[in-house]
Amino acid sequence: MATAPGPKLKVATVSLAGCFGCHMSLLDIDERLFDLVELVEFDRSPLTDIKHCGPCDIGYIEGGVCNAENVQVLREFRANCRTLISVGACAINGGLPAQRNHLPLSAVLDEIYQSGPCIATGCTIPNDPELPLLLNKVHPIHEVVKVDYFIPGCPPSADAIWKALNDIIAGREPNLGHGLIHYD
Amino acid sequence: MTHSFETAARPENLRRVAIDPLSRVEGHGKVTLLLDENNKVQQARLHIVEFRGFEKFIQGRPYWEVPVMVQRLCGICPVSHHLASSKAMDVIVGAKQLTPTAEKIRRLMHYGQILQSHALHFFHLSSPDLLFGFDSDMAKRNIVGVAEKYPDTARQGVLLRKFGQEVIRHTAGKRIHGTGAIPGGVNKSLTVPERDELLKDIGQIVAWSRDAVHLIKQMHNQNSALYDGFGAFRANFMSILGDDGALDLYHGSLRGRDADGNILFDGMDYQDYTALIEEDVKPWTYMKFPYLKSRGPQDGWYRVGPLSRVQNCDAIPTPLAEMERREFIDYSANTPLHAPLGYHWTRMIEMLFAAEMINELLHDDDILGTDLMTSGERAEEGVGVIEAPRGTLIHHYRVDENDLVTMCNLIVSTTHNNQAMNEAVRQVALQYLDGNEITEGLLNHIEVAIRAFDPCLSCATHALGKMPLQVELLDNTGAMLSTFTRSADNG
Ligand code: SF4
Repeated sequence: MATAPGPKLKVATVSLAGCFGCHMSLLDIDERLFDLVELVEFDRSPLTDIKHCGPCDIGYIEGGVCNAENVQVLREFRANCRTLISVGACAINGGLPAQRNHLPLSAVLDEIYQSGPCIATGCTIPNDPELPLLLNKVHPIHEVVKVDYFIPGCPPSADAIWKALNDIIAGREPNLGHGLIHYD
Repeated sequence: MTHSFETAARPENLRRVAIDPLSRVEGHGKVTLLLDENNKVQQARLHIVEFRGFEKFIQGRPYWEVPVMVQRLCGICPVSHHLASSKAMDVIVGAKQLTPTAEKIRRLMHYGQILQSHALHFFHLSSPDLLFGFDSDMAKRNIVGVAEKYPDTARQGVLLRKFGQEVIRHTAGKRIHGTGAIPGGVNKSLTVPERDELLKDIGQIVAWSRDAVHLIKQMHNQNSALYDGFGAFRANFMSILGDDGALDLYHGSLRGRDADGNILFDGMDYQDYTALIEEDVKPWTYMKFPYLKSRGPQDGWYRVGPLSRVQNCDAIPTPLAEMERREFIDYSANTPLHAPLGYHWTRMIEMLFAAEMINELLHDDDILGTDLMTSGERAEEGVGVIEAPRGTLIHHYRVDENDLVTMCNLIVSTTHNNQAMNEAVRQVALQYLDGNEITEGLLNHIEVAIRAFDPCLSCATHALGKMPLQVELLDNTGAMLSTFTRSADNG
């Protein structure tokens, strides 16, 4: 592991329309986590209680964009993070959630809230202002903001994530090389 | 079992406070509170704010794809979805009884999953609250803070999770989103070197799991007023259990009890779950509200997960965990404990059970076998149920003569707990926030209650809602990317 020059780098992470698998794969670095936190400090992340992203060196984005809130959070990350990484199939091409892109939303709505085998009679579809507006389609994040690096995989392996983070922390162009790039 | 404080009488005059996003939980959710001018709580709600639509877009896919696709609902408990869907597909392919190797490999995978998920939840997500205090310094209230102050505890948590992930990797090929189970069996068993690698560490894992039970038990004993009273509310509870009434997280039949512990139903075949459960929909959250049909929506909602399972079963079939179960039952004087923080204690008892089960299975040569698959008479419909780390998980599919899925219904663990989590939020809001100046520390109390359930809001977002507006999304050059849908009344 490279040594960090000066103060710790700040890393923010978020799951947009993802399954948290790309965060779990980050945790799959196992005890190397303790080495990582010697070099970086976590800002907003599902692992901390910081609710908004402040100025950061690295933004780690899991998941595509499927609603208005995702868009807002993604823009907040882009505005605050020097380097933005698109992690995993969902962030890179929409992933599994984008399977709904060929269907009209109304068909999906009907299925879930009107025709399930257990639905009580008279149920209507949720419509409260507290629920963020949905996009017609699920989008990769680079369609909304500029992305600096992409790490493919569903999820990328912990070793791939580890290598990419180390390269970026050391100020190198991330290079996963043979064996670490995979798409499943 | 009331629904008071779910909806304020006159919301327009109230102040809104939001906890958004909920942190140190898996998935996407928020809490909103409406307060009057004296900071009295008038309304408190837990909202699930995301959707997937899985039940719709899986239609038309071949059935054998389902166990691989469905994992992508949740990266924390992918094995649960993988196995529940595989069990449903076992019914479809007529595999009534799996080969001993297949069944044991799947069990091994599942107990690996229970171990890693329970460790993650307790150590990485919840221990900061329990070790530092609910309103302690926010900057330290995370796993990094724990690692600084309690390095051994943090290290054990990380290594317990690692071991569980390694069990999954050896049985499913990959730590996250593997492919081990297939309709009718599994696609691999363990090799001797793989088994030996796991055997090397299992003794330590059992010992650390036991230490974790002792740690949380001690916290309860030292501060039982807080631990028993925090956010407590009475509820029915449910889980599947093995045929003999013993704890079994992989397979069994449904048993439910009322808040006093009286058995409501027992030995129920989960293929008939639609006779038991109905679901309500509320406008302010994407997560549905299941309840027992026979008792109706007001009185029929229930709790699932470790707190329910450990109190629902007659025994735990491994010695160390059974000892701990007895102590827990003694602590609560043989009446159901309804304390949300009791989830942590029972979760650690289950982690110990999972570690002991893994140990047992690693000593069983069937896991090295080569007879992996079975099949029988093809069926059109199948239900698979498993006790996932967070509770009962139901997968239900219909498959046509071309092998394509025509119907899918999922009731995930966190959805079963929807009403219960809302209830806990309201209890804590009334106990701690009511009439007080709201601080970050007080708001964290609400999250502490939600975290106790270990909600997986990621799993619970496979639904989709309608929106009252139309908005456009432009990319950074101003070109239109998408519109926010106005689905209005077409639902
Ligand atoms: S890329 Fe895969 S692992 Fe990552 S969030 Fe998407 S579905 Fe989950």
